[in-house]
Amino acid sequence: MSHHKLEVKNLHFSYPDGHEAVKNMSFTIYHGESVGIIGANGAGKSTLLMLIMGIIFPDGGEILLGDVHVTKKTLSMVRQRLGMVFQDPDDQLFMTSVYDDVAFGPRNYNLDEEEVENRVNYALEMVGIAHLRDRAPYKLSGGEKRAAAVASVLSLQPDMLIMDEPTSALDPKARRRIIHLLNSFEHTKIITSHDLDMILDTCQRVLVIRQGEIIADGKTLEVLSNEELLDAYGLETPLSLQNCPKCGSLKG
Amino acid sequence: MSNIMSALSDLRLLDNLARGKTFIHRINPLVKLLTTVVYLTVVVSFGRYEISSLLTFIFYPVLIFALAELPVTPILKKVLFVQPLIIGIGILNPIFDSHSVLLGDIAVSRGWITFLAIFIKSGLTVTVSILLIATTGMDRLAAALRMLKIPKIFVLQLILTYRYISVLMEEVHRMLRAYSLRAPGQKGVQRNHWGSFAGQLLLRTFDRAQRVYQSMSLRGFNGEYHTGKSAKLGLIDFAYFSGWSIFFILARIYDIPVLMGSLLIGVMK
Amino acid sequence: MHMADALISPAVGGTMLVVSAGVAAYSIKKIKSELDEKKIPLMGVLGAFVFAAQMINFAIPATGSSGHLGGGLLLAIMLGPYAGFLTMSSILLIQALFFGDGGLLAYGSNVFNLGFFTCFIAYPYIYKWFTRKGLSSKSIFNGSMISAIFGLQLGAFGVVLETLLSGKTELPFRTFVMLMQPMHLAIGVVEGLVTAAVVTFIWKARPEIMEKAALGQALGRIQIKKVVTGLLIAMIFIGGAFSWFASANPDGLEWSLEKVTGTAELEAEGNIYRVLSDFQQKTAFLPDYSFKTDEDAVDLGSGDAWPAVDAGTSISGFVGGAMTLALASLIGFAVSLFKKRKRVASA
Repeated sequence: MSHHKLEVKNLHFSYPDGHEAVKNMSFTIYHGESVGIIGANGAGKSTLLMLIMGIIFPDGGEILLGDVHVTKKTLSMVRQRLGMVFQDPDDQLFMTSVYDDVAFGPRNYNLDEEEVENRVNYALEMVGIAHLRDRAPYKLSGGEKRAAAVASVLSLQPDMLIMDEPTSALDPKARRRIIHLLNSFEHTKIITSHDLDMILDTCQRVLVIRQGEIIADGKTLEVLSNEELLDAYGLETPLSLQNCPKCGSLKG
Repeated sequence: MSNIMSALSDLRLLDNLARGKTFIHRINPLVKLLTTVVYLTVVVSFGRYEISSLLTFIFYPVLIFALAELPVTPILKKVLFVQPLIIGIGILNPIFDSHSVLLGDIAVSRGWITFLAIFIKSGLTVTVSILLIATTGMDRLAAALRMLKIPKIFVLQLILTYRYISVLMEEVHRMLRAYSLRAPGQKGVQRNHWGSFAGQLLLRTFDRAQRVYQSMSLRGFNGEYHTGKSAKLGLIDFAYFSGWSIFFILARIYDIPVLMGSLLIGVMK
Repeated sequence: MHMADALISPAVGGTMLVVSAGVAAYSIKKIKSELDEKKIPLMGVLGAFVFAAQMINFAIPATGSSGHLGGGLLLAIMLGPYAGFLTMSSILLIQALFFGDGGLLAYGSNVFNLGFFTCFIAYPYIYKWFTRKGLSSKSIFNGSMISAIFGLQLGAFGVVLETLLSGKTELPFRTFVMLMQPMHLAIGVVEGLVTAAVVTFIWKARPEIMEKAALGQALGRIQIKKVVTGLLIAMIFIGGAFSWFASANPDGLEWSLEKVTGTAELEAEGNIYRVLSDFQQKTAFLPDYSFKTDEDAVDLGSGDAWPAVDAGTSISGFVGGAMTLALASLIGFAVSLFKKRKRVASA
């Protein structure tokens, strides 16, 4: 299934004020992979996601989804196959009911209302909030909002999920539920986060970004247990990989 | 600051009430909207001195309250909250119209009668508008507006405004709390912070609008807003609308309380 | 200030509704031709901003009191007149429905008073004139101040006219004006100061927002003149049609335009109302129908359209009114009780 491959080649982007947010990035993400993207604040993670989604366009290099270049012309097709979940679910749930929010995407692609309903129900069941379909989004809890935001993207039946900080501002239980949810998906996934424990739980591979450049790309466990590397770039070894604070014994 | 919380809880209360499943809630939203408009038009068409026939119109809100199982106290509190404005204007009537008239053997200032009429009308109209939203909710009301062929741009924009009121009010609430913690004993935001306080909020609003737009366009939005199927009009909806309309118009033409009163007095005689 | 349903007559409310709907339709057409779909979420979220910003109390120096933002002018500056007007319209609709602020019948009047005057008069003619040579702290301040005051004065005058034409208040025209205009001068000054402060802040912090706002909203002079003239004509025609329809329909609704009489300032119109009201009297079909002026009525006034009130009718009114209220509450309680029983039974 080569058309599920996401290829980023020599990508470069600078903002109008001259700030170079992405410098010569190259990587390929294959079908079925889960890839974490980590880096300190301002490293260029969000810019990279916006470039992939075609919200902004690079000044150099290219992004290929299968054999398709991400350009203005191919946006509609690209966006149907890439589903992005925003960091703040309040930005993504803008309608007056969960149902309408999840139906928003399918309706924009002019599916008939029966198909829309099937897709909404399917997406809501997948994230386990079918009982909330008539609720107003602003009355959901943090975890429920997150799930609804994921559903609003799943209803478009994308091949690839792109998540920006999916566990930020969640309580431990809600966080755990989202991790389970992410692991239950068979989609190709790209997840950016500062929650390195979550990345460890959900991604096999991780990219470390610093000042717009990729400085590490490898198996999650290997990269995240490299204390020196993480420390040098404003990150920290995940708790689950740290020595026991009480007895000092090494974990796992 | 407390008024933010009360405004928010008002919104939530109405939203919760609108999720009810009673007969009234299930009536087509367009029919409820039109019935409300007919009601308001008829009530407002009464002259300045007519009070007794106005009273007939209390049946409609009373029945909606009862049939839709709505709590009376919080809604009437909301209604009373806006009454001071009306009282402010209406109270001048007795001052400017001090002609007195005889009602039976009692002399009453005409200004007080007009004031009372305004007061009753205001109570009825505000109650009925709130009852409309409390039994319909914003989403179904938006669907009703679509059925009236109100342009999609306007309806979408209306929905978005409604949706983000609570998000932004909570933001203001947090900002004001942070401000007041560092500015003890001050009443309101000081002059030299006016621009930056509201301006910061506005900047963040712009950023949020940008993200909302992105999340919309990532899901295929290109300026066209697609609504789902609108609810069909059933026989019950027609019956509901025509039933109430006929009642309103009859009650407008015939002064039912006076008729009832004279009947009773006549019988007693 | 928001007009309430209780203060407006169907004729005035209907006229203003049609007129405001016309302005809104025109604005929507304009926005569609701009083809900027980004503006739609921006309008929506800025509408919510205005709600939130209205909750901020701005302490007014040296007075001990505080004021708040109305937001119409700010919307026009940030979004341009068309999008600003539409955003104001949806704010007012939500205020009417959820907060009982203004009403559905008075909706058109409120949109006109608070949206049209600000977005289509004060903003293009005053604010734009002050800032025509580019933005500076001074031009923003003067432009915001003068246009906020002017816009609110027009709005307040609109309220006065609409209320008097509706005939619900006894206030003489002059008193009403003397009451409303100075009050709205104070409100306008606060609105101007806050708007200027916010706009200046945005202009300094993110000048590109102001540049974008200024684009694509060139409001041709001729166009707006056309719009205003068109509106005036429409208003006269629609208003006239409504009143004619009302007065020609004796058994229909009694549109209360003809009720305004007696105040010297409205004498010219008073004559029309007198004619209409005579017509109404001749065609009233219930002899004891309370609109009809009865020469024998106990009327110590100036010959105003005071209904025929004899002792019998008023006693019947009292008794009947009490019965109506009692019956209404009885039915309400009965239905609630029945519903509760059913709920308990099914639970």
